[in-house]
Amino acid sequence: MREELIISGRMNPMVDPTLNIWHWQIPLYLFLGGVAAGILFFASLYYIMGREKKYPAAIKWAPMLTPFLLIIGLGALFLDLTHKAFFWQLYLAIRLESPMSWGAWTLLAITPLSIVWSATWLKELLPAWHWKYPFLEELEAFFIRYRLILAWIMLLYAVILGVYTGILLSAFNARPLWNTSILGPLFFASSLSTGAAVIMLMAKSHLERNIFSRIDLMMIGIELFLIVHIFMGFQASTQVQIDAANMFLGGPYTEVFWIFVVFIGLLVPAFLEVLELLGYKIPIVITSTLVLTGGLFLRFIIVYAGQASRYLY
Amino acid sequence: MRFAMAIDTKKCVGCSDCVVACQTENNVPIGYCRDWIVEVNEGTYPQLEMEIRSERCNHCTNSPCVRCCPTGASHYDYGGTVLVTAHKCIGCGACIASCPYDARYTHPKGYVDKCTFCVHRIKDGLPPACVAVCPTKCLYFGDTDDPRSEISQVLKKRKYKRLIPEAGTNPNLYFLI
Repeated sequence: MREELIISGRMNPMVDPTLNIWHWQIPLYLFLGGVAAGILFFASLYYIMGREKKYPAAIKWAPMLTPFLLIIGLGALFLDLTHKAFFWQLYLAIRLESPMSWGAWTLLAITPLSIVWSATWLKELLPAWHWKYPFLEELEAFFIRYRLILAWIMLLYAVILGVYTGILLSAFNARPLWNTSILGPLFFASSLSTGAAVIMLMAKSHLERNIFSRIDLMMIGIELFLIVHIFMGFQASTQVQIDAANMFLGGPYTEVFWIFVVFIGLLVPAFLEVLELLGYKIPIVITSTLVLTGGLFLRFIIVYAGQASRYLY
Repeated sequence: MRFAMAIDTKKCVGCSDCVVACQTENNVPIGYCRDWIVEVNEGTYPQLEMEIRSERCNHCTNSPCVRCCPTGASHYDYGGTVLVTAHKCIGCGACIASCPYDARYTHPKGYVDKCTFCVHRIKDGLPPACVAVCPTKCLYFGDTDDPRSEISQVLKKRKYKRLIPEAGTNPNLYFLI
């Protein structure tokens, strides 16, 4: 038997007995940022492909939510900081090795992009809308003219936003659960899936709903594959990673992960989507809500469980 | 110059004098500590083995905390020490999550804090506070780039281990065994 004890009484708040540095703010942001990345990805992709008439919810309506999602997410990130008055230091440094620096600069770009994108469609949503000042009208005309370029830039930033949150966690090799390169793709797949769920919810035409239902089904399939892959990788890795996997395979996170993320968040909505594709009438609200709940739980569980996985003591 | 510390686990009795000395020297807030004592017990009675280690920040050569810091607050400083510039730190917690030794904490004032190897003392040629007070003289501090330094000599003579070098951090605390 081997036991390691800290006998000098190290009890640093939020570090001992297990790391507890990140609370609800980080997973909430990861989720909201992910949903926004998913929506903006589809919006710019389908705009570039010229499907403006076919998928109005994806290109015009759903992106209008993204400024709000991003701003709430940014607010959560700000609340997480413990030295808040110095947050602007983020924008005095470009640190290529730090995923958080990438994230800060990406958010600085994609938040205004999402606002501009939404603003260019506002007149189609509210025909009575008019910009108060003439220069705003000119600005709108300018952006509408260069919408295609805007879409390309947004596509790039949406991918970075969707992937970096996973890379952010997987870069921490001190936390064996996070330290897997699958986390980036998993979070990106989840953000596309949750983004598609929001679009499904807002789509008016059966065709658009059907297409995004299919996309979502594909993403759920990819997520399930990646989840299996993560645990296979851990089981074939070092002891600390085997221990990390065991937190989900019999350990404290087993029930909450397999029930809320895998069953309720992935398998049930996948089943409902298959039924819908077979022609049964399934209220879209149920499927979408389940997908979004699953995505939220995934972020919360990974963030909390990751902090509990460690090398020492 | 590459500052490092060697801890003689055969001599350490776990008195926690180093912990108290550090808290006093560096005004560490009450309830926090920058160094700590770990006791490892192995085996079952009567075949027991015990190891006592005085631990602190490893001032890693390849520090994950420096790598992940988004503002450059965590940085390499004098003689390879890893320090935090309080007025650049935003308190995001990334470095705390990145440290496999859990050597960092959030200071009640909001910025992240940790062992500095008493950089204000070593610049004056003094040993860190923990080394200075150790009653069993089990802590060695010095420059491992200098083959004549006491720590280099000790590391040449004695067997040692480092904590979780597999985390890829290239730590600079040596535990003499």
